[in-house]
Amino acid sequence: MPFDVYLNVAVAGVLTGLVYGLMALGLSVIFGVVRVVNFAHGEMMSIAMYLAVVLFSAFHLDPLVMLVPIAAVMFVFGYVLQAGLINPFITRPEHSQFLLLVALAIIIVNALLIIFGPDARTVQTSYAYDSFQVGRLIVDASKLYAGAAAILFAALLFAFFRYSLVGKSVRACADNYTGALVVGLNVNRLYALTFGIGAACVGAAGVMMTLIVDVTPIIGPTYTLLAFVIVITGGLGSMPGALIGGVLIGLTEAFAGLLFTPSAKSMFAFGILVVVLLFRPQGILGKRTA
Amino acid sequence: MTRKSRSNSARVSRRTFSAGIGAAGLAAGIAPFNVARAQSGPLKVGVLLPRSGFEAGIGQDCQRGVDIAAPILKSLGLPDLAIINGDTESSVETARSRAAQMISDGAQLLIGASDSGQTTAIAQVAEQNGVPLVINIAAAPEITDQGYKFVFRNFPTAKMILGDAFENQKQVFNIVGAAPKTVVFMHVNDTFGTAMSKGINFVMPKFNMPYTIADEIAYDPAARDLSVEVAKAKASNPDALLLVSRLNDAMLITRELVKQRWTPQAILSMGPGWYEDQYLKTLGKLSDGPLSFVPWYDPNKPLSKKLEDALAAAYPGINLNTNHVFTFEALLVAADAYKRAGSADPKALADAIRATNITDNVSIGPGIQFDATGQNAKVKNGAVQNRGGKIVVLSPPSASNAKPEWPLTSYQSRA
Repeated sequence: MPFDVYLNVAVAGVLTGLVYGLMALGLSVIFGVVRVVNFAHGEMMSIAMYLAVVLFSAFHLDPLVMLVPIAAVMFVFGYVLQAGLINPFITRPEHSQFLLLVALAIIIVNALLIIFGPDARTVQTSYAYDSFQVGRLIVDASKLYAGAAAILFAALLFAFFRYSLVGKSVRACADNYTGALVVGLNVNRLYALTFGIGAACVGAAGVMMTLIVDVTPIIGPTYTLLAFVIVITGGLGSMPGALIGGVLIGLTEAFAGLLFTPSAKSMFAFGILVVVLLFRPQGILGKRTA
Repeated sequence: MTRKSRSNSARVSRRTFSAGIGAAGLAAGIAPFNVARAQSGPLKVGVLLPRSGFEAGIGQDCQRGVDIAAPILKSLGLPDLAIINGDTESSVETARSRAAQMISDGAQLLIGASDSGQTTAIAQVAEQNGVPLVINIAAAPEITDQGYKFVFRNFPTAKMILGDAFENQKQVFNIVGAAPKTVVFMHVNDTFGTAMSKGINFVMPKFNMPYTIADEIAYDPAARDLSVEVAKAKASNPDALLLVSRLNDAMLITRELVKQRWTPQAILSMGPGWYEDQYLKTLGKLSDGPLSFVPWYDPNKPLSKKLEDALAAAYPGINLNTNHVFTFEALLVAADAYKRAGSADPKALADAIRATNITDNVSIGPGIQFDATGQNAKVKNGAVQNRGGKIVVLSPPSASNAKPEWPLTSYQSRA
C-alpha cells in the first residue's frame, strides 16, 4: 500500500481523535473535581449537536461560528443541572449518582427522539465536501477545522485552570475538598461551575462533531462509552491524558480499519483499554492512588 | 325417599352451580374465539419495522408503503386490514419481543421487518405461535430454508439478488459498451451484508463477470465515519466500487469519495441506500449516477402507476422505491389471502397465502406465487440509476424506461 495512504489515514485519525479528546476532557474535568461520573456525557453532546443542526437549518449559522455560543448555552445547562439536580447526590452512595445520570441520559435520548424523530440530521456547510491537498496528502477541511478548534478550546481550558483565580480555586477543590472548605471557598458553586465547564467542553466537541458525523438521538450512548474508554486510557481526572487518549483512540481506530478490518475498529480501541487497565490501571497520565 | 330423591335431582348445589359456571365460562371463552376468527371484520396485521435506531430511515420509508395501501387494496376489492404498528428499534432482540407482544395483543398476521437479522427473530416467534408472517424485505436465504410453515417471503433471497444483479450488470455493460476490470467490494457486516458477501463467492463465478474483486472491505452499518474504508478502497485503485450498503453508510461513502477526490468509473450497488429519497435529497447533485441492482418495481405495470400516484398524493416529492413497493405487496398478499381464506384462522390464512397467485402486482417479474418453502421464486431484480433526483429503470428490458449514463460524472466537476 502506498505511503500516502498511511499518512492520510494518520492525519484523519489524529484530527478526529482531537475532537474525541475534547469531548472526553469534559468528562475528565467533571470527574476530577466533582468526583461524579457523568453517564449522560454523550447525551449532553448530542444536545449540542442538535443545537448546531437546528441553528444551521433555521438561520444558516455555521457551526464554527456558533461554537462559543453553544458552548455557553451548554455551560449554563451544566451549571443548572449540577446546582439543581446533581448536587444533592454528591454525598450519596455512588450507585445513586449512577442511576440519576443514567436516568438523565435516557430522558435526553427519548426527548430528542420525540422532538426530532429518528432520522439522521446533518449540517451541509459550504466547506462540507472541501479538502486540502498538499502533495499526495489530502486533508478533510471539516476535520481540520474541527481539530484546530479542539486544540484552541483545550488550550483555553488549560490556561483557565492554570492561570485564573477561579480555575485555581477549582483545582484546590479537586486536590483537597476539606482544605477548600476550611479556607472559605464556596465548594457548591465551584462544583456547579466545573460541571458547567465540562458541559461546555462536550458542547464544543458536539458542535465540531456535527462537521464530521450525522446526528441522531441515539448517538449519545455510543459517545458516552467512547468518552469512558478515552478517559480511562488517558487517565481518569487528567486533562492532558484525555486529549492524548482521544488521539490514541482516533489513531487506533483509523489504523485498525486500514491494516486489519474496518469492522474491528472498536475491538482494537477496546483492546487498547484492556492493555492499559492491565499494565497501567491509572491510565497513561493518571496518578496512582493508594 | 321418592320426594327426597326428586328433590336432590332438581336442586342445584352451590358446588354444582360453580362447576357449571366454570364450564360455561370455559365454553364461552373458547366459542367466541372461534366465532371471532370466522367473522368478516378487518384482519389484524402487525407491521414490525425498524422505526427508530440506525435503520429508522428505511423503516419509516417502509411505513409509507403501509400508509398508502388501504385505498388501493379497497379499489382491488380486497378486505380491510387493521394495522398494528410495532418498532423493532433496529434491534434483533427488540424485534423478537415485539413480535411476541403483538401476537399476544391479537395480531393475526405479521409483516416485517426490512432487516434479515430482525426478520429471522420474528420468523421464529411467528412459527412457534403458528401465526403467518409475510416478509416485506429481508434477503438472508436461511429464513425460508428452515422448513417453516407460517413464513412467506415476497422478496428475493441474497442468492437471487446476486444472480439477477450480475445478470443486470452485464445487460448494462452491453448497452454502454464498457465494463470495469477491477472492483473493490465494500459491504456492511450485518446479516444481510454477510449473506451477500458469502453469496458473491458462490454466485459470481457462474456469471463470467468482466471484473475481478481487488479487495473486500466489511464495515459496521452503524459506522460514524468511513474515511478509512474509502481510503483503503481507493488505495487498491479499482475501476468501480461494488457495494452492499444501508442508507447511512451510502451517504458517508459518497461524502468521502468527494472529500478524497476520487470518482470511480461506476458505483454498483446491490442493496439499499443509494436510491433512497434521503440519499437523493441530502446529497443533491452528488447523488446522481450510482447504479443499483435491486428488487424494484416495474414502472410499466398498471398497479405501479396507482402506487406512484398514491405516494405522490400522500408524500409529495418522494419517489416510489423498494421499501414502499415490497411493504405494500406484503399487505396485498395478506389482504388477498384473507379474502380467499374467508377467515382469520392462522392455518387457513397460511394455506391461502401458500396458494397465492397475484399477477396484477407492482414488483418486477411475472407476479406473486410462493413455493413449498414460502419463497416467491419469481420476483426479479432491476437495474436502476439516480438521475436528477429521480430513479430510472435500465433493465430488464421489459421494465426499462431509460438508457444508462456511463461513466460516473466526476464529483469535482459537479458545481
